[in-house]
Amino acid sequence: MTEPAPTAMLALRQKEGRLHVCLGGDWRIATPQRPTVGEVILALEETRCKQVVIEDGGIQAWDSALLLFLEQLREFCRRHDIELDCRGLPEGVRRLLHLAAAVTPTTTAGAPRSPGWLERVGLRTLNLFDQTQAFVAFIGETALSLLRLIRGRARFRLRDLWLVLQECGPDALPIVTLIALLMGLILAYVGAIQLQMFGAQVYVANLVGLGTLREMGAMMTAVIMAGRTGAAYAAQLGTMQVNEEIDALKTLGLSPMEFLVLPRMIALIVMVPLLTLYADLIGLLGGGLAAVSVFDLTVLEYVTQTRTALSLQDLGVGLIKAVVFGILIATAGCLRGIQCRRSAQAVGEAATSAVVSAIVAIVVADSLLTILFTRLGI
Amino acid sequence: MTEPHIVVHDLTMAYGDRVIQRDLNFTIGRGDIFIIMGGSGCGKSTLLRHLIGLIRPAKGRILYDGVDFWNADPSTRTALLRRIGVLYQSGALWSSMTLAENVGLPLGEYTDLDDAEIMALASLKLALVGLKGFENYYPYEISGGMQKRAGLARAIALDPEILFFDEPSAGLDPVSAKRLDDLIVELRDSLGATVVIVTHELPSILAIGTNSVFLDAERKTMIAQGPPRELLHHADPKVREFLTRGGTL
Repeated sequence: MTEPAPTAMLALRQKEGRLHVCLGGDWRIATPQRPTVGEVILALEETRCKQVVIEDGGIQAWDSALLLFLEQLREFCRRHDIELDCRGLPEGVRRLLHLAAAVTPTTTAGAPRSPGWLERVGLRTLNLFDQTQAFVAFIGETALSLLRLIRGRARFRLRDLWLVLQECGPDALPIVTLIALLMGLILAYVGAIQLQMFGAQVYVANLVGLGTLREMGAMMTAVIMAGRTGAAYAAQLGTMQVNEEIDALKTLGLSPMEFLVLPRMIALIVMVPLLTLYADLIGLLGGGLAAVSVFDLTVLEYVTQTRTALSLQDLGVGLIKAVVFGILIATAGCLRGIQCRRSAQAVGEAATSAVVSAIVAIVVADSLLTILFTRLGI
Repeated sequence: MTEPHIVVHDLTMAYGDRVIQRDLNFTIGRGDIFIIMGGSGCGKSTLLRHLIGLIRPAKGRILYDGVDFWNADPSTRTALLRRIGVLYQSGALWSSMTLAENVGLPLGEYTDLDDAEIMALASLKLALVGLKGFENYYPYEISGGMQKRAGLARAIALDPEILFFDEPSAGLDPVSAKRLDDLIVELRDSLGATVVIVTHELPSILAIGTNSVFLDAERKTMIAQGPPRELLHHADPKVREFLTRGGTL
């Protein structure tokens, strides 16, 4: 035989201008079909009683469900100037109701209100202004730190520099190898199919060589580094912000810009061009693989044509871009990390923002540099 | 003696081969405010993590109302965990959620209440800890003490039978710490809950503790148990020194 489901009971009766609310049974969250406060409110509206008396008509079990019912009733009574008498309730319930109503000194702050559209425009403008100011200040501080480095006065641990060099250089080789090889293959395939129609597939070497050295080598390496290292920098510095490690540096009189940002900046300025150089070589190899194996070029033809098509100037263009990209990735990663608020969610946002900002900056910078080099005839 | 609520039997705690505490035997009575105390690094927080089911004991048993937690089937363990609420040292609020959402999450997961009821209940729990009006604030927008109280509101969201506190007064000023102590006692009395507190804050230990256990890092076991005020005169000088802050009575 199964036990009957627990029920919560509510009985209402009017007596001498007062509404007596008699509660009984099981008043717990898990109790199915509990009476709602609406029933009492309806009775109050009908009877127009100005006093409510709560009675314990055999409450067997209770939890927050009863508390919520009473709190909602109390709120209604407060708004409609109705007197509420809870003296008939179990002591624990009365104490909790009292606790919920007590106002401690910290409860004086109002809830944040949502601003109107004009205020939102203003707030966003101010926010944009603040961000620009912070960005300019960051660039200024970074430049000053670099100046101090050149003058031999910058303070940071060489061990940290070696560590970040290792992280963003050799540790990135496998992913750079894979992407650069596939990039060379893709360039060769796309170009060769078109050139084959004119019987000019030997020029696939020109396409792969120029495309890789001037554009794609630096660009793809930078995108990889933005996703891999830029995000890591933002997350590292953001977590340090959360753990008050950056505050600890400041209170010791150590500049976070020198101690944390500078090694990361140097690491990327050094490593992105080196990785780009490596990506260029692997890209040429990938293009060569496709040209030789699929489009009937001999190795000698491919190498000869590549040497004819490329100059040191092309390599230089790619490497200059790589240095700029390295600065942009480091700036985005470190800036977002330093600006991070003190929460786990903010660390995630900083990492995402660092990657997005870096990639946008890389593409914009690449476009500007390409136009500049074309105008200069380089 | 009150009715046993939690029984710790021959408990040995270890990280790999490194034993933290061994042969712990004590009983926490229903409605007790039980203090786990001892010097830094003695394994107080580790014991708490064993009690709340985060770490499996190297040896021994932990029984809740006679049910062996680690030998119970997963569904029983889940049901047991639903009966406890934990306030972590930092509050451990989820930073992507408002205070009301933090408190409402366990209600949404474990009850059939609709969203409006959950939010109303979350507001009520926040009001109970003195945070009425802060429902839509994010954790980073409030002070450390308020974060702790919001954490407490989340801990009592499901009307737990047992409340665990890890260093509740740490980082609070004496007035806020006293207010939190009063709140703990008030909630214990109103909800009829059993309270287990890890702390080395003497004022709290002596003011609200009804029973306690003292862990020693050197001997790697408990060296005293009983009401904190009685332990002021304990035979072991280490216990007396701890409870009198190195001074004499």
